[in-house]
Amino acid sequence: MNNRIQQAFQNKGKKLLNVYFTAGYPRLQDTVPVLKALTAAGADLIEIGMPFSDPLADGPVIQQSSTVALQNGMNMRVLFTQLKDIRTEVPETPILLMGYLNPVMQFGVENFCREAAAAGVDGVILPDLPLDDYVDEYQEIFRRYNLKPVFLITPQTAPSRIRRIDELTDSFLYLVSGPGTTGGANTQAAGVQDAYFQRIEDMQLRNPRLIGFGIADKASFQHACQYAEGAIIGSAFIKALENTEDAPAAAKQFVQSVLN
Amino acid sequence: MTPTTYKEPTARGYYGQFGGAFIPEMLYPNVEELRDNYLTILADPEFQREYQQLLRDFVGRPTPLFEAKRLSKKYNTRIFLKREDLCHTGAHKVNNTVGQILLAQRLGKTRIIAETGAGQHGVATATVCALMGMECIVYMGSVDMERQRPNVERMRLLGAEVRPATSGSQTLKDATNEAIRDWISNPVDTHYIIGSVVGPHPYPDLVARLQAIISEEMRKQLLEKTGSELPQYVVACVGGGSNAAGAFYHFLDEPSVKLVAVEAAGHGITSGHSAATSVLGKPGIIHGSRTLLMQDEDGQITEPYSLSAGLDYPGIGPLHAYLAAEGRAQFISIEDEAALRAVAECSRLEGIIPALETAHALAALGQLGAGPNDVVVINLSGRGDKDLETYMKYADSIK
Repeated sequence: MNNRIQQAFQNKGKKLLNVYFTAGYPRLQDTVPVLKALTAAGADLIEIGMPFSDPLADGPVIQQSSTVALQNGMNMRVLFTQLKDIRTEVPETPILLMGYLNPVMQFGVENFCREAAAAGVDGVILPDLPLDDYVDEYQEIFRRYNLKPVFLITPQTAPSRIRRIDELTDSFLYLVSGPGTTGGANTQAAGVQDAYFQRIEDMQLRNPRLIGFGIADKASFQHACQYAEGAIIGSAFIKALENTEDAPAAAKQFVQSVLN
Repeated sequence: MTPTTYKEPTARGYYGQFGGAFIPEMLYPNVEELRDNYLTILADPEFQREYQQLLRDFVGRPTPLFEAKRLSKKYNTRIFLKREDLCHTGAHKVNNTVGQILLAQRLGKTRIIAETGAGQHGVATATVCALMGMECIVYMGSVDMERQRPNVERMRLLGAEVRPATSGSQTLKDATNEAIRDWISNPVDTHYIIGSVVGPHPYPDLVARLQAIISEEMRKQLLEKTGSELPQYVVACVGGGSNAAGAFYHFLDEPSVKLVAVEAAGHGITSGHSAATSVLGKPGIIHGSRTLLMQDEDGQITEPYSLSAGLDYPGIGPLHAYLAAEGRAQFISIEDEAALRAVAECSRLEGIIPALETAHALAALGQLGAGPNDVVVINLSGRGDKDLETYMKYADSIK
């Protein structure tokens, strides 16, 4: 069955911008207004972060946004309630949920998938879900609810493992730009990074790729787009929301600064 | 299903439902490299020769098994103290760091990172890095840096950089998060020396094997002193659980030996200020493994509390979670005050000032139900010098 993520890649004649933000940040009720503003301004995919107290793959900016969101009272039940009618307002843009396994496990993986599918969510990114555990325990459930899992690939991921990830995926591959957590300064020499992007491109994988981690503005977005179907921005957008009274306006302005 | 042995995790690192390797892809190559090599390296005769020699000449092993006659009289049973406090650097932690630094060398690593709570593991790591001439960075919660200052100064003197962890409760859990993030950012040249039987597979098994020297020596020493290799009780405190894993290891598959794990109840189990994971925890994922974990109903990790900086961890190692679930080990919770009283008791009756962590194990003596003919071994995991400021602060309550 086709879903919105696959359609987005099929339909677009241009590079895709995927924007991450944390649910319930900067204020509890900002989730839906920010999502709508992002899509209205031209973001092609939306990743909604489910806040977790101990996010291992995230840098200080996203971790801090999670802490604030949790203090605001965000949790899985609240999030699904907020997203209940989202498809009447945002019918086509793919929505992914990104977070860590423990809150999903406590909510119940099947419950989580059912609620996510009911809200019109298209994909799920759980960076600490091991491939083997996914295949053995969760793949069937994800399929039943037509939720696409997205897996990460790093410069250290072995080619055989990249092939396996590609086989298990039918949405897109999340290329982590270099060593580090989200929002980190890119310490790799540009040549090294480009060689890695090129190496992945040369593998002729089945799935399209989005590059993430360290993508912050128009220049880094366009650079990443040379080697992939698009890119993902997270921490830089969270920073743009940090001290704003009007989150939707900040969202609109941010997307325009990247795309125009 | 009860396995034939409690010691061996499955190939994917599971003890029953606990264990595994729940890590972001960024860590996968590092952990895979370790997983694919650790057993071969540990079994290598040249590794063993070097490891055993360092344990003997640098660490000061074997540590004595001391018959504590006055404590024995008080509790009307036969009590032995395994003197890990006499290890170089003052705690059992160095058994593991000596082994892991040799492992890191063989993996071609040049930079070492570690996390520390009470500072004992940080000091042990800084020590072996100095010994081997390796760069060393230790993450420590800023609250712990305050309450364990002597150990911070020791690490610095040994040439390590101590980096404060300022998120969350600013204790061991947060130091561990920071160390993992460092490893994500430095995936090629860096080895992460985890200090307890926690983290993704193979760490729980690796650390348990390196600490198993404790129970290996206990068996030999018990045979000499009591005529039997097997005591009736082995007692150890549990934060993450490395000293307990080492003390239990060679008794795990001896059903006649009662294994007693002692957790920190802080201000009391139901007080909201506790670290008694086996009572308050439920299955969840922390720092890369599935284990018992203190968390709220949404799966957010709860801030643990204990006066002891080495025990306020919201999880326990997956082996211990398994021992608890199977009923193989008995878990006892001890409050701060009882631990402080045990510090005074051991100091005055035996002339040994124990670490605050260890004092929790000593405080469980009255709850064992051991009889006059029973042999009880307590793993005296560390010495109390580092806790002197805390002891002075609570001097009134430990009279």
